[in-house]
Amino acid sequence: MEESVVLTARGISMTFPGVKALEDVDFTLRKGEIHALMGENGAGKSTLIKCLTGINDFEAGEIHIDGIEGPVRNHSTKDAQDVGISTVYQEVNLCPNLSVAENLFIGREPLTKIKTVDRRQYYKRAAMLMDDLGIAVDVSQNLENYSLAVQQMVAIARAVDMECKVLILDEPTSSLDDEEVEKLFGLMRMLKNKGVGIIFVTHFLEQVYAVCDRITVLRNGKLVGEYKVEDLPRLKLVAAMMGKDFDDLAKIKSDTAGKRSDEVIISAQGLSHTGTVKPFDLDVHKGEVVGVGGLLGSGRSELVRTIYGADKANTGTLKVKGQEVKINQPIDAMNKGMGLLPDDRKAEGIIEDMSVKDNIILALQAKNGMFKLLSPAQQNEIADKYIDILSIKTPSRDTLVKQLSGGNQQKVILARWLATDPDFLILDEPTRGIDVGTKTEIQKLVLQLAEEGKSIMFISSEISEMIRTCSRMVIMRDGAKVGEIDEDLTEDHVMKVIAGGKENE
Amino acid sequence: MSAGTVSKKKALNSHTILLIVTIILFVVLYAGGCIAYGSKGFTHLQTFLNILITNAGLICVACGLTCVMLTAGIDISVGGLVAMDCMLLATGMRSGIGAFPMIVIVLVIGLIFGAIQGYLIGYLEIQPFIVTMAGMFFTRGMTAVICTEQVSITQDMNKAFYDIANIKIKLPFGGYVNGKGVYMAPYVRVGVVIALCVLILIFLMLRYTRFGRSLYAVGGNAQSAAMMGLNVKKIKMKTYILSSFLSSIGGICFCLNTMSGSVQQALGLEMDAISSAVIGGTLLTGGVGNVIGSFFGVLINGTISSIVKTNGKLASSWPNILTAALLFLFIVIQSIAASLRTKKAK
Amino acid sequence: MSNEKKSKESFLARIRKSPLFLPIIALILVMAVNIIHDAATGANPLGFFIIRLQNTTSNGTILYGRIIDILNRGSEAAILALGMTLVVSSSAGTDISVGSVMSLSASFCCMLLAGYGVSSTNELAVPLFVGILGGLLMGCVCGCFNGFLVAHLHIQPMVATLILYSAARAIGLLLCNDLIVYIRNGSYGIFGSFIGPIPTPFIITAICVCVLSIVLKKTALGLYIQSVGINSKASRIAGLNSKRIIFLTYVICGLFAGIAGIVNSSRITSADSNNIGLYLEMDAILAVALGGNSLGGGKFSLAGSIVGAYTIQAITTTLYALGVSTDQAPVFKAIIVIIIVAIQSPPIKAYLRKRNAAKEVARV
Repeated sequence: MEESVVLTARGISMTFPGVKALEDVDFTLRKGEIHALMGENGAGKSTLIKCLTGINDFEAGEIHIDGIEGPVRNHSTKDAQDVGISTVYQEVNLCPNLSVAENLFIGREPLTKIKTVDRRQYYKRAAMLMDDLGIAVDVSQNLENYSLAVQQMVAIARAVDMECKVLILDEPTSSLDDEEVEKLFGLMRMLKNKGVGIIFVTHFLEQVYAVCDRITVLRNGKLVGEYKVEDLPRLKLVAAMMGKDFDDLAKIKSDTAGKRSDEVIISAQGLSHTGTVKPFDLDVHKGEVVGVGGLLGSGRSELVRTIYGADKANTGTLKVKGQEVKINQPIDAMNKGMGLLPDDRKAEGIIEDMSVKDNIILALQAKNGMFKLLSPAQQNEIADKYIDILSIKTPSRDTLVKQLSGGNQQKVILARWLATDPDFLILDEPTRGIDVGTKTEIQKLVLQLAEEGKSIMFISSEISEMIRTCSRMVIMRDGAKVGEIDEDLTEDHVMKVIAGGKENE
Repeated sequence: MSAGTVSKKKALNSHTILLIVTIILFVVLYAGGCIAYGSKGFTHLQTFLNILITNAGLICVACGLTCVMLTAGIDISVGGLVAMDCMLLATGMRSGIGAFPMIVIVLVIGLIFGAIQGYLIGYLEIQPFIVTMAGMFFTRGMTAVICTEQVSITQDMNKAFYDIANIKIKLPFGGYVNGKGVYMAPYVRVGVVIALCVLILIFLMLRYTRFGRSLYAVGGNAQSAAMMGLNVKKIKMKTYILSSFLSSIGGICFCLNTMSGSVQQALGLEMDAISSAVIGGTLLTGGVGNVIGSFFGVLINGTISSIVKTNGKLASSWPNILTAALLFLFIVIQSIAASLRTKKAK
Repeated sequence: MSNEKKSKESFLARIRKSPLFLPIIALILVMAVNIIHDAATGANPLGFFIIRLQNTTSNGTILYGRIIDILNRGSEAAILALGMTLVVSSSAGTDISVGSVMSLSASFCCMLLAGYGVSSTNELAVPLFVGILGGLLMGCVCGCFNGFLVAHLHIQPMVATLILYSAARAIGLLLCNDLIVYIRNGSYGIFGSFIGPIPTPFIITAICVCVLSIVLKKTALGLYIQSVGINSKASRIAGLNSKRIIFLTYVICGLFAGIAGIVNSSRITSADSNNIGLYLEMDAILAVALGGNSLGGGKFSLAGSIVGAYTIQAITTTLYALGVSTDQAPVFKAIIVIIIVAIQSPPIKAYLRKRNAAKEVARV
């Protein structure tokens, strides 16, 4: 079937200093399809998208768009919008201080006869648009009053209203929970039926199979191939992305499960943080991996942040190795042998303008205090040691951490905590936004650490991942701890507890 | 059921509350002044009008600065520019050039100066603080290059300008009978009319034009604004042009009031303008604020000076200290309001 | 391409990347202007560099020369630049109150020494060190105030310091009862004159630089400040107390402002609240920027800021030598600043890089 093609890119090549980011890549998007663009980190997905949207200036190749004569070359997002390409990014690119309506129409507001902004008109049009898309908001309210998911939908609504032929969604689901993702998919399907071609970039394999029609896979800046979803089962997709037959993730399943030590490392009683986590009790034993499950926003991150003191607990007591401790801020927790790898790598993890070495020694140095500076030799030794152990891919220990790929940045932060030799390590979404290979490595590392006698709390949005690595799971719902699953750690059971409801009645 | 809605009333947000607080503060301050110094004529409408007359230039400058601050920028060159404008007007007229050509020259210089600053900030992406600091140095220095002494504009020098400056626009109400039994009609000067026109125009611009709204967008999140297809560089450049242009208008108002040019003129005016805007609820982080607030900020500053002057015994440094204290108060309130908001969002 | 050429190029590139590249180029330019000017006016072309001993009635035998003058006069800006560098690095903002704080510290010190309301004194009301300590303490208190606003109330540095910018000088005036307080006691003037042949302000600057360098070298303060400056949230999670560190940098900045204030007031053996430290905050900020430090915070180079401060003084001194008046000098300063920051601006840098790359391609 020869559907009408809306966008073709032929032979796109692009080099960054020293790196061939894209090499002779072809891409075709048809009308009314959802087309997944897949690849590991650094495969060239973002670069390709930036070439389409005019942020990057590619060196060779041509882009054709349906209805426009000759090759198209965009120099700014504005150019891209003019030829019908709209993009929605992972971070919401709207202005929180403006109303929803203004965010929809800024730069192209309806004007009155004397060239002033017709406020009444655009409120009306905004309300109609949101109504069409089934998004329940008051368009006169400021955007900052709404959740991230609604903001994301407003961004999509804005893109859609610009009569785009091509809608690019660059990891829009990373910060949404399942329900919100479902809403988003509904919206995507609606647009698809209206004939919009959608390019969908995501790290979640399930989502690809849930909505997409076609998949284009990139690897190391080169095109691997374009497939129909039916023709590319999950394992084959992963294999295509990684370029090798995939060592099945299931193989790393822990056999430490069940061998719980009696020594309790962390014991929380009635710990809470007003507004985010209701009082909870929790024991963590030596050498176990405790998973924290729940929807995004269910309080799972907040739970561990409260233990760690990133958000100071308002009530309750915390015992570390049987001793009651008072934790006001992270350094207190660190002195008791804790470590936290936060979920937002960029905002709370890496110190981007500092070298890999400085990033690795930072926590150890903070723990040692200001007056006990590690000598340069010690610093190098520690940095080299962990670069080696975690096989961090970096040109040197003095490379700025922002120049590394996401997965390697995550490893640097892991190294930072391992260097402090913690007894209790909290990993909040350590595998989010990183490629499958590194994911497996990190999961293996977690199990290895547990075997060495460290206790670990592990949070992930992928339940299957947690089931593979955890020996026990704590489930959160609406800021409260609603269950602990010791035995019967299966995806079905976990889902049921997360979802709540009355399956027992 | 309809999903998208428009509520008739916008929820009272913290910014609106802040503006109301500012207005209440002004009223309280002024009422306090009236009670304490009623015998010294503080209650007369003219006292209030005098505040406007003295601060007409500052109102124009504060309007421009508010626009700049909305884009999360800053312009500290405004005081120097005002001084340079006054000096240009004074020396120009001394050498026999007419009032209107000089005014046009001053305005054009404002535009050019703003364009240069705007280009450096918008297109070369240099921090506004640095560029406008250099601008401040430049304009202050240029004032001295033009003439190092104080130059007064006298009637012989330029009759037209002198006459404009001395026009009293009498108001039909609010007068009083003075000790000699003469009815004193309250009046304003031309500068006040100019300043109020500027205020209203900028208010309308910010609310009802694409450019005005785009300032809020740029200040809210410049990157997002660019992603949404706004030409952020151009908008920034235009904003600094606007600021310098309004400062030039302010300079003319200032000159009409002082009738002289000197190197020491309008010293610290930029800080007065910034503090007026901040007291009026404009956030230096950009995206939030309004010229109406800045107007009341100017009035509050003016009232404080007026009270200190009326008292007569207080040291000359008190207005500075009081303004700073107010600034402190407002900044702390803003900060607390912001932290409450983020807590609520969580 | 030959090997030799390659290494030469990389050497040049290394120099160009060094944070000291810009201020040093500026210094060289200033020297060149001096040489040309001297040669043109028929004076000794190398007059700029001549340092000799000279007898003076007030200070005895002292070192004399334009370089000495620059080192002497640039001291306050250099001392301020030290504190400013830390503040900029940790909080991505500038402390615009330092000039006013200088004035306040000096006023407080002189008020203590002379007694309240006294406008001129030969006898010190309190021992000298009490006055000095008082002045420094006042600097620290101001620093604490700024630091509290910035670190604990999360107020933008420029706004937070705007408060003291307008208030500190006024408070100083209030302390001095609206007078210029003269300390006509020889001991106070020592900080602004000479110890032996060497100008005291320069010695004080050198001590400040040494102490701060040693602190940064021997403790983790430098790492902490940069880490907090780049990403304070992440630093907190990694166990740093961001608030305390930012607070600390402001206190240090206040302390240095106090030192600079006392030096400046000692030069004129009086507390002239209206004029001490006027516009010096601008010089200090410029010095930091000129030293190749990003005003956006993060990494810093102390050496750069110091060289930057003296470069600015060299520019000022040269302008005066060229016959530019004090009031007019800012014009040239402004133009120089703009040129310097314009070459450092991202678009121009990108343009230069592109051109270099094109050249490279052409050569291959």
